[in-house]
Amino acid sequence: MKEFSYERPESLDEAIRVLAASGSDVEILAGGTDLVIAMRDRYREPTVVVDLKRIAEFYPSLVWDGDTVTLSATATMTEVVDDEGINRHFPALAEAAVVVGSVQIRNRATLLGNICNGSPAADTAPPLLVYDAIVVVAGPAGIRRVAIDDFIVGPGRTNLQDGEIAIALELTVPSRPLGSAYERMTRRRGTDLASVTLCAAVDDAGITRVAFGSVGPRAWLRVDETGVLADPDAPAEARAAVFEGIFADASPSVKSLRASPDYRRAMLRVLGARAVGRARGRLAEVRGVS
Amino acid sequence: MSETIHIETTINGRDRAFEVAANLTLLDVLRDQLGLTGSKECCVVGECGACTVIMDGIPMNSCLMLAVEIDGRDVITVEGLATDGHLNALQQAFLDLSAPQCGFCIPGQLMSAHALLQRNSDPTIDDVNEALGGNLCRCAGYLQITEAVMVAAKAGKE
Ligand code: FES
Ligand code: FES
Repeated sequence: MKEFSYERPESLDEAIRVLAASGSDVEILAGGTDLVIAMRDRYREPTVVVDLKRIAEFYPSLVWDGDTVTLSATATMTEVVDDEGINRHFPALAEAAVVVGSVQIRNRATLLGNICNGSPAADTAPPLLVYDAIVVVAGPAGIRRVAIDDFIVGPGRTNLQDGEIAIALELTVPSRPLGSAYERMTRRRGTDLASVTLCAAVDDAGITRVAFGSVGPRAWLRVDETGVLADPDAPAEARAAVFEGIFADASPSVKSLRASPDYRRAMLRVLGARAVGRARGRLAEVRGVS
Repeated sequence: MSETIHIETTINGRDRAFEVAANLTLLDVLRDQLGLTGSKECCVVGECGACTVIMDGIPMNSCLMLAVEIDGRDVITVEGLATDGHLNALQQAFLDLSAPQCGFCIPGQLMSAHALLQRNSDPTIDDVNEALGGNLCRCAGYLQITEAVMVAAKAGKE
């Protein structure tokens, strides 16, 4: 690992000041499960590493306030998986968080880091897109809130500007009854990166949202307003046509070692059908209890 | 020379204060600087669990952490399981059931299992498989390892 200077701010203000003074060769350290590997393998060689874990404002890492949950930059996958409210209201996010790496990795890896790292295969990107998460960003000019769809840009890139830190994710419980589910395809059970990731949500107005990743430069969100996917009795051809449109932009890399483009495209449809089916089932349950 | 940082930490119940280079992983420092070679270096990308340690009660991969991150924390490595030269119940169960074959993965398996039993003294087989899912055994002695954890859990209850 190349040498760097290590900074450990204790407040958000201090962190912003440290970032401003550090130039552009700076890396933010939260869980470190991607960054430490990247630094050891020397494809990231920062001169300054800013560790966020002592910033007082980030604790507690997961806070519910009415219908909104705020997950700070230090909220780990384990905390997401263990939170009862997340499991109840955002089950697809819990399903995505619980398959990231292993227990040891989930104890360390953060939800926000999964997004900031910018991997097209990030497990939590599709559910966060489906649930319309907001990314809270702090910088020298203050705080701004960015829709997750605008925050995610491309491989390794986000909407963060120099001197800014993503400090939290906000999720608000949808006002209409919603059923949602997450599916992924990997080569094996256990620690593995996903070849296809997909999240679907169906609401009681017949609108279906589908977000999918690992088949292009970023995870995308698409919405079916025709009601076809939400309808369990829709003819198979109609459903296939809607999926065709939803997945039109999928452009899996030919260079990936994990799966061929044809296989990924085929699996998108399989996972799409599975996730929508489970989402419909959950919507029925939600309606049943309300 | 990289920046060195003074840290104060508790390792295996003993308070320690020392300097670490910012650009070293916890695994490097445990093994090369502190002589605690029980934690093993294998994949160094978080896939095998051979380097697992417990920090503030939570199992983590020491190959994915900077050493300076243990400042102010409580760390247990496999060397911290035995007391006064006596194996703990978990280690004894591993031995009794011949869970170690080559032994390389065992420190990591023990740490994941120890963290599980601290949290859940009455685990099911599924709990054990989930908790140890991040620990690979290339000798593939998984059955004996799982069995040993279940035996240790039972012994702990008596
Ligand atoms: S050496 Fe750390 S997980 Fe393999
Ligand atoms: S005993 Fe040999 S790797 Fe597990």
